[in-house]
Amino acid sequence: MFRGSLAWEGVSGLGLRTFIEGWPVYRQLTGTDPLGRGAAAKSDGSRALTARTEDADSVARSVCPYCAVGCGQRVFVKDGQVSQIEGDPDSPISRGRLCPKGSASKSLVTSPLRQTTVRYRRPYSTQWEDLELDTALDMIADRILAAREQTWEDVDTQGRPLNRTLGISSLGGATLDNEENYLIKKLFTAMGALQIENQARI
Amino acid sequence: MAEAHPVGFQWVMEAKRRGAKVFHVDPRFTRTSAVADEYLPIRAGTDIALLGGVVRYILDNELDFREYVLSYTNAATIVSEEFSDTEDGDGFFSGFDPETGTYVQDSWQYEGHEDSSGSGHTAQERDSAAGLTHESHGAPVGGQTRRDETLQHPRCVYQILKRHFARYTPEMVERVCGISQAQFLELARAWTANSGRDRTGMLIYSVGWTQHSVGVQYIRTGAIIQLLLGNMGRPGGGVMALRGHASIQGSTDIPTLFNLLPGYLPMPHHAEHPSFDEWVDSIRHPGQKGFWGNARSFAASLLKAYWGDAATPENDFCYGYLPRLTGDHGTYQQVLNMIDGKIKGYFLLGQNPAVGSAHGRAQRLGMANLDWLVVRDLFMIESATFWQNGPEVATGEIVPEECRTEVFFLPAASHVEKEGTFTQTQRLLQWREKAVEPPGDARSELWFFYHLGRKLREKLADSTLPRDRALLDLTWDYPTHGPHAEPSAEAVLREINGYDVATGRPLSGFAEARADGSTAIGCWIYSGVYADGVNQAARRKSRHEQDWVAAEWGWAWPANRRILYNRASADPDGNPWSERKRYVWWDAEKAEWTGYDVPDFEKTKPPSYRPPVGASGPEGIAGDDPFVMQGDGKGWLYAPSGVLDGPLPTHYEPVESPVRNPLYGQQANPTRKMYAHPVNSVNPSPPQEHAQVFPYVFTVSRLTEHHTAGAMSRTVSPLAELQPEMFVEVSPALAGEVGLTHLGWAHLVSGRAVIEAKVLVTDRLTPLRVDGRIIHQVWLPYHFGFEGLVTGDSANDLFGISLDPNVLIQESKVGTCDVRPGRRPTGPALLDLVADYQRRAGIVPGQHAPAVTTDNEGKEHGAS
Repeated sequence: MFRGSLAWEGVSGLGLRTFIEGWPVYRQLTGTDPLGRGAAAKSDGSRALTARTEDADSVARSVCPYCAVGCGQRVFVKDGQVSQIEGDPDSPISRGRLCPKGSASKSLVTSPLRQTTVRYRRPYSTQWEDLELDTALDMIADRILAAREQTWEDVDTQGRPLNRTLGISSLGGATLDNEENYLIKKLFTAMGALQIENQARI
Repeated sequence: MAEAHPVGFQWVMEAKRRGAKVFHVDPRFTRTSAVADEYLPIRAGTDIALLGGVVRYILDNELDFREYVLSYTNAATIVSEEFSDTEDGDGFFSGFDPETGTYVQDSWQYEGHEDSSGSGHTAQERDSAAGLTHESHGAPVGGQTRRDETLQHPRCVYQILKRHFARYTPEMVERVCGISQAQFLELARAWTANSGRDRTGMLIYSVGWTQHSVGVQYIRTGAIIQLLLGNMGRPGGGVMALRGHASIQGSTDIPTLFNLLPGYLPMPHHAEHPSFDEWVDSIRHPGQKGFWGNARSFAASLLKAYWGDAATPENDFCYGYLPRLTGDHGTYQQVLNMIDGKIKGYFLLGQNPAVGSAHGRAQRLGMANLDWLVVRDLFMIESATFWQNGPEVATGEIVPEECRTEVFFLPAASHVEKEGTFTQTQRLLQWREKAVEPPGDARSELWFFYHLGRKLREKLADSTLPRDRALLDLTWDYPTHGPHAEPSAEAVLREINGYDVATGRPLSGFAEARADGSTAIGCWIYSGVYADGVNQAARRKSRHEQDWVAAEWGWAWPANRRILYNRASADPDGNPWSERKRYVWWDAEKAEWTGYDVPDFEKTKPPSYRPPVGASGPEGIAGDDPFVMQGDGKGWLYAPSGVLDGPLPTHYEPVESPVRNPLYGQQANPTRKMYAHPVNSVNPSPPQEHAQVFPYVFTVSRLTEHHTAGAMSRTVSPLAELQPEMFVEVSPALAGEVGLTHLGWAHLVSGRAVIEAKVLVTDRLTPLRVDGRIIHQVWLPYHFGFEGLVTGDSANDLFGISLDPNVLIQESKVGTCDVRPGRRPTGPALLDLVADYQRRAGIVPGQHAPAVTTDNEGKEHGAS
């Protein structure tokens, strides 16, 4: 940016030295930044800028949610909101780097397209409705119990135990935490639901 | 790798800077090819022919690492005289049962062990994807095996291998794969030259390799090469799977999979495992050598973790509560059952099958025929809106007013809005701290399933039905915190790690597991992740403050071991193979194994140890047998059981191929899993008639800028801008042949669907000369769907459903299609076009070609 031109009219008032020093090209020729890519190119405005990461309230050590390389992330938080996500330079796996997707993680978690309320579509309906979260949970629990009731198999034709329902299916887990997969498998197994699958089958 | 795992690829570039030569084999020139030393375009679905060529090159030139091969593999072991090879059976091994399309494995066994293949018959194992549980558990190899250390016996594994691959010559590689002999030989030379005492080579594959009807055998061929070259269990070696989701490894270890329980314990089968004892014995194989001998402790500890006080030795730890398999309950069988109205409810947890699974139309029709569907995701994905915006609404196949599925969309918490561990692709667990609260109604799966379980148990509190006991007796008392009563992920991780039941002390590892009910362990292979009550997965010691193994960053299962079978990094006497490749070795003074990593061997078992006659379990493993989970302690060049489609990999054509198998009369994998369902079909391949109706090969893969079915990228503006539309890459030659214009439109037709895409005419696709004619391949990204910031037709709609017999994964990396200029028709006209192709190709939906190829077939299709 060439700031000097803006100061022509006030040359006499400012003094020639100040005026000349206002030129990045002068700083470039006389300072430590001959290519004009660092200090010489800075304005008062850019000098005053700080990184979003510097004034964060907290930093969480995290891991990228996309592929399975497991790149380290640092999640910066300001006023209860994610303000920046960067690669973790300490990680022996990623050495601070993130790919285009990992670099877009902040856009992912703060995307305006994220759905943040429960949505409900009745049978044969042409539209979505709102639903309270607790009501939804309750309705789902009732439907699970009804499906078990309708499809429960105690024993096979020879009287050997089956203890199961083939009326309930689930797909997903590869994007979730180990602790979550553990509870999912534990609960479904206890309710007799076998047909639990995830991306590892696909 | 540069496309799909860019940050992992920095290590390949690091190696290249140090002089490594990088070969990239892919149907399409990608960002990996651009920086590789050599790019080898290959016909999709022919990798076994290429790798088999490398095996032949090694054996013919005696380039194997002989000392390693003799001591550490089963090369010298003598196989039953009843065994006959595909070379003698025109594509069939001995033991094929045409009735079920599966093998009886008795004749594949080691000599003198013909009766030890379990049931012998693999039809049931195929349906329950059980084959590989034998592989991971080590198939039963009781007693001693007969060996010929000179490798000259005609029935020793080494000689069988040599005969099996004798016809996989450079000429054959060229004929099958379309790779020139010169390029092939350069690859084979570089790979073998970079292996031995002083050097190791690594084989990296992405899991597209698994998406073939012979996927497991692809990986087997790679493993054979790596064993022959001495590249297993050593630094810089190995076969490395680059998996595609943040914790897909974790969701396999702690499986949300129908056929497994945590730690690769099999889900019980109603006929095979009627009692606890029979279940445990099917895992540990009484009398067998190796570490699965302790399976009873792992199994009892899991049931104790599930059912707590209710689980006692007297009631077999509530084994009776476990649901039982009767056959194939995999995701594709489920979808067909949904279409047939057999399934009431379906949960989708961060997964989008309407776009991401093969045969998208079947997926959507299945979901449109449920009582209810629960979708938990960050975004409103295609699998939640199929009833409103799906392609079948446009064709009139789904009418919203007639679609009965009740849909619940529950917003999920993102990775920064909850804490917990991911297991990345090298078995490394890394704990994530929570940064912020999830917005609005968004909740973690931990919250959803904990509270769902709580509600179910409340509703059933007064039940006296036996079937409800498993829910009511379940240990489900996790501490909660915060405004939404979020369950403690650390408490769950502690249960996964395991604890002493009497004192609650976290266990330090699976060696502490007991079969008497005194220990509870949620996933035995993860035991140690919470050793000393410390969350070991949360360790973040900077790479600058520790050595290159970085053992204090996260925690790897098992036992924080970074390289499996690392006993093989030392020679039989326990000394490093070379100074340069020193990793784990025997310290004679201290009389223990030591090194940079946690030794994968009993710490004080000397290299000279020889098991007493009749020893079983770990005691049966000799001091120079590094593959401690295998029944004979050896790396298996030849797999007498465990792999259902053969003890050795064999080249079969993809299920849909324009090419007649140049090697065998049998065209495709005869044991593949097929579904005769009205919604499913297979395009004809030679020697069937009408294969020319679908003359082109298509393959699909990822773009750097998008992620799988697009839910986490087509919704993110910077990524959507970078790759804004669905496209198809075609070679200039094919564009000329078909009449396609760069940046114009094309549509692609298979027996299942027609999709459209913008045309990118590019040299990145190479027409290949295969068996005397030109084969054109086209490439598509599979990320697009009808929701999000950028939309487009889904490539996975083109695929039918045919599965690998070992793992029931679909063939979705290769198929045949027709390519036509212009946009596709819309509405009912689209269905008419597909029907017209089906008619011309002689496809009768619900019928498929017989598994066994006969040259007079093609006049009519056989039903299943």
